[in-house]
Amino acid sequence: MLLAFLRATLAGMAALAMSGAALAQKKYDPGADDKEIKIGAIHPYSGPASAYGTIGKAIGAYFEKINAEGGVNGRKIKYIALDDGYNPAKTVEMARKLVEEDEALVVFNPLGTPSNTAIQRYLNQKKVPQLFVATGATKWGDPKNFPWTMGWQPTYQAEGRIYAAHVLETKPNAKIAVLYQNDDYGKDYLKGFEDGLGDKARTMIVAKVTYEVTDPTVDSQMVTLKASGADVFFNITTPKFAAQAIKKAAEIGWKPLHYLNNVSSSVGSVLTPAGLDNSRDIVTTAYIKDPTDPQWANDKGYQDWVAFMKKYMPQGNLADGFNVYGYTAAQGLVQVLKQAGDNLTRENVMKQAASLDIALPMLLPGVNVKTGPDDFYPIEREQLQRFDGKTWVLFGKVYGR
Amino acid sequence: MDGFLHQVFAGLANGCIYGSVALALVMIFQATHHLNFAQGEMATFSTFVAWALIQQGWPYWGAFCATVAVSFLAGLVIQRVILRPVERAPVLTNVNVFIGLLLIFNALSGWLFDHTVKSFPSPFAQESFLKSRFFSAHEMGSFLVMMAVLLALYAFFRFTSLGLAMRAAAQNPDSARLVGIRVSWMLAVGWGLAAAIGAVAGMMVAPVVFLDPNMMAGILLYGFASALLGGVDNPFGAVIGGLIVGVLENLLGAYVIGTELKLTVALVLIVGTLTLMPAGLFGKRLVTRV
Amino acid sequence: MSGAGTVVTAGRRSPLFWLGIAAAVVLLCVLPFLVKNYRVFQFNLVLVYAIAILGLNILTGFNGQISLGHGAFYAVGAYAAAILMDRAGMPYWATLPIAGALCFCFGFLVGFPALRLGGHYLAVATLALALAVPQLLKYKLIEAWTGGVQGIVLNKPEPPFTFRFLGQPFNADRWLYFFTLAVVVLMFWLAWNLLHGRVGRALIAIRDHPIAAGAMGINLPVFKSLTFGVSAAFTGVAGALGANVIAFVSPDSFTVNLSIFLLVGMVVGGLASIPGAFFGAMFIQFVPNIADEISKSAPAAIYGLLLIVLMYLMPTGVMGLVRTLWLRRQEPAVAAAVPASSNAMTKET
Repeated sequence: MLLAFLRATLAGMAALAMSGAALAQKKYDPGADDKEIKIGAIHPYSGPASAYGTIGKAIGAYFEKINAEGGVNGRKIKYIALDDGYNPAKTVEMARKLVEEDEALVVFNPLGTPSNTAIQRYLNQKKVPQLFVATGATKWGDPKNFPWTMGWQPTYQAEGRIYAAHVLETKPNAKIAVLYQNDDYGKDYLKGFEDGLGDKARTMIVAKVTYEVTDPTVDSQMVTLKASGADVFFNITTPKFAAQAIKKAAEIGWKPLHYLNNVSSSVGSVLTPAGLDNSRDIVTTAYIKDPTDPQWANDKGYQDWVAFMKKYMPQGNLADGFNVYGYTAAQGLVQVLKQAGDNLTRENVMKQAASLDIALPMLLPGVNVKTGPDDFYPIEREQLQRFDGKTWVLFGKVYGR
Repeated sequence: MDGFLHQVFAGLANGCIYGSVALALVMIFQATHHLNFAQGEMATFSTFVAWALIQQGWPYWGAFCATVAVSFLAGLVIQRVILRPVERAPVLTNVNVFIGLLLIFNALSGWLFDHTVKSFPSPFAQESFLKSRFFSAHEMGSFLVMMAVLLALYAFFRFTSLGLAMRAAAQNPDSARLVGIRVSWMLAVGWGLAAAIGAVAGMMVAPVVFLDPNMMAGILLYGFASALLGGVDNPFGAVIGGLIVGVLENLLGAYVIGTELKLTVALVLIVGTLTLMPAGLFGKRLVTRV
Repeated sequence: MSGAGTVVTAGRRSPLFWLGIAAAVVLLCVLPFLVKNYRVFQFNLVLVYAIAILGLNILTGFNGQISLGHGAFYAVGAYAAAILMDRAGMPYWATLPIAGALCFCFGFLVGFPALRLGGHYLAVATLALALAVPQLLKYKLIEAWTGGVQGIVLNKPEPPFTFRFLGQPFNADRWLYFFTLAVVVLMFWLAWNLLHGRVGRALIAIRDHPIAAGAMGINLPVFKSLTFGVSAAFTGVAGALGANVIAFVSPDSFTVNLSIFLLVGMVVGGLASIPGAFFGAMFIQFVPNIADEISKSAPAAIYGLLLIVLMYLMPTGVMGLVRTLWLRRQEPAVAAAVPASSNAMTKET
């Protein structure tokens, strides 16, 4: 009797011990094993958008740093970086290569709205995470329809709404002129701005002109906008054209309240060529630290970033905000992988990506990375800042969830 | 009226940019009867070289002259080394080589000097006597520089024996050889001069549009249109073509069709003009005798 | 060098020849099952580009009219297919003939002003076309149809039946491979018939000696415009197929780079050569990937370098080299007499 009881207890304990071990078992999807995790990424290293290629390089450099420090949970990151030349047809090919040939665990930080639109359906069908997409288009935070796609940065529409709110607060009778790039980036910003103005959009916006990336200058557009008599200017341009616009506005003697989209808000890359004096009083939003802004010179996060650049990306430009962007996005991914632990299935990676709540060193104070099962917008907080001739000065409240 | 004048003068300023690039294209065409697709990227690369020299502390005009000289030599070397093997090959094979050069120069610019936007200094001080209400000192200055290059080119081809030899070598290489002209070297000199003119164009353009590897991508296409509109064998035509294209583009965008179809309409007009005058406004009409 | 027949071997073809053809056919049919899906996708793209380059070659190689704007016809074909499938619910195979017909009309209309332009002028005019089309596609008045800057996402065609062969399923990609292959065979057969008959000889005559051709009674304007139309139709069909393979169209997919790469592919494959289109297509599809593997910092530079080196080694393209070697093998005396490169394209029209 006693023996039977003992045997049963021992069997029970053995079963318990075995199931415990089963719970701690490692689970892998293609792209992950005991030794390494394969991370695929697609960026434009050639073609008209090759300026963004440095984001991919910065990401690679950061993974090198992580590997040198022991990897993530003992596994090294194998980084597979592919070039799509900003051509959606090529992006489709590269995405298929990553999934079917290289068998990467995730497709990380693909860049550009058309490129991502082209691969969204495929990646969701194949149940491969399309993680931390490098564009501010609003449509990437849609977990119900596309549960495998997640955005990263504050959306263009959200930013446009912030400027609209600010105009309504400070200059409710203003006449607004808008210059925007004739593509999804420009139109997305404009939509957010017009939505934010609501009914007053039609009466307040007196001039809207576009430009193409192939245009040599936007001088003609600036002359047209000044002639409209507007006293507020919403500048939706990429860095080169932003610098031209700021310079031309000063040259023709036009001094409106100038909202500059934050893609082009770098002190070193845009405001300095345009002329620091010409850039006085420009307003923009920010969520990430500008490496050329003197106010961060003694900030620990900035100094760590500079040390990282010097050691792992010595040929990288310390004045290029894209290198900060890549660094920060890579940190986000590493956090997700750390949280996934030994359960490296794609499903768990998405689950962890949807349960983030961290701060990252190069994000502005007050800006965090927060996601949830219904919240596929990791970074939403941003704050307004005004340029005082030397540096950006934050003001007002922090917008966003 | 004020706005209209502003648009016209902004268009003329843009037109100077197109015209200077068109001059380099015309130069190469007169020397080799090829349209060099890599002209824009070579000009950008030269401008980056000048930028690098200025960053090192060189004075502006020193860097300017050094860059023009280096560009001339580079153009010469490119013709001798890279283009000579395909000299006798079909036209489209040459076009492929130009495309290859375009890709190489563009990638080199990006790799060596990265993609951040850089400002390039202008030799014409902001407040100099050249400035006026409708255009800046630099715009006036670059217009004068372009006219100087144009006159120098015209004088070179019309009045010097080297210029005559180059025109002969391009028009009829076999007869030119019979007369004792070293055709191959004429082609090389033509390339060198075109590269030098391109460098000047780049350095005049960069202060306005800012320097980055893709600076010339849009401009080159307008440069082609200008050169052809004016007649691809006529330097004066190139400049006038450039000015017309610049003003037309601005006025169309501002008053007629809006900026969204500006490019399309400008190109339609250019093609339309070419259909009516197939050799361009000032080009020589080639009549073939049967 | 004209592509219309060089040396014709007299007598019947040996049984070895037919065996070779049969082996090639078997290989082509088995190929998609030997490799992964992703490779099949790449092969599909090669086939699509081959048709596009063939279209360009009809115009430029055989008829001597330089076009730097064939990307525009490709884009029109692709968007026609996309709009018909997405907005009008048409099945994918029905869009091909419609895209072809539409592009034929478009090409024919473009051919008229092109009559007055020659050589470099035509090249730049067609380049202007290539630049204008993406901007037109973004235009807000037709946004409801074209999807504007966002483009149109398409569904991949599903195979009508499924089975497994050599361990691989017969899925959408493989079905598309056979479909595309069938279209390729059809288009190439059409082109071969066209170019090896009276029409082909007329085209080549117009290219090499336009005045003599006119004197012989060939109606130059009609022929040249029709050639533009046919060439555009071929490239338009390729575009429609391409839209199905990639399942997405947007203005950014059809920039001027596409036109330039089609031209590059045509020259690499060989002017005035029908089989050359395949080599050209393989070059523009695979060499960028190779360049990407070699260098991440400047992949375009490697591509440019490879292109230049190829032009040195084969100035008349792959088929030009093949022809020269074939002639040299056949009759050394004949090979010596034939000029090594074509001078046809160096003439100003």
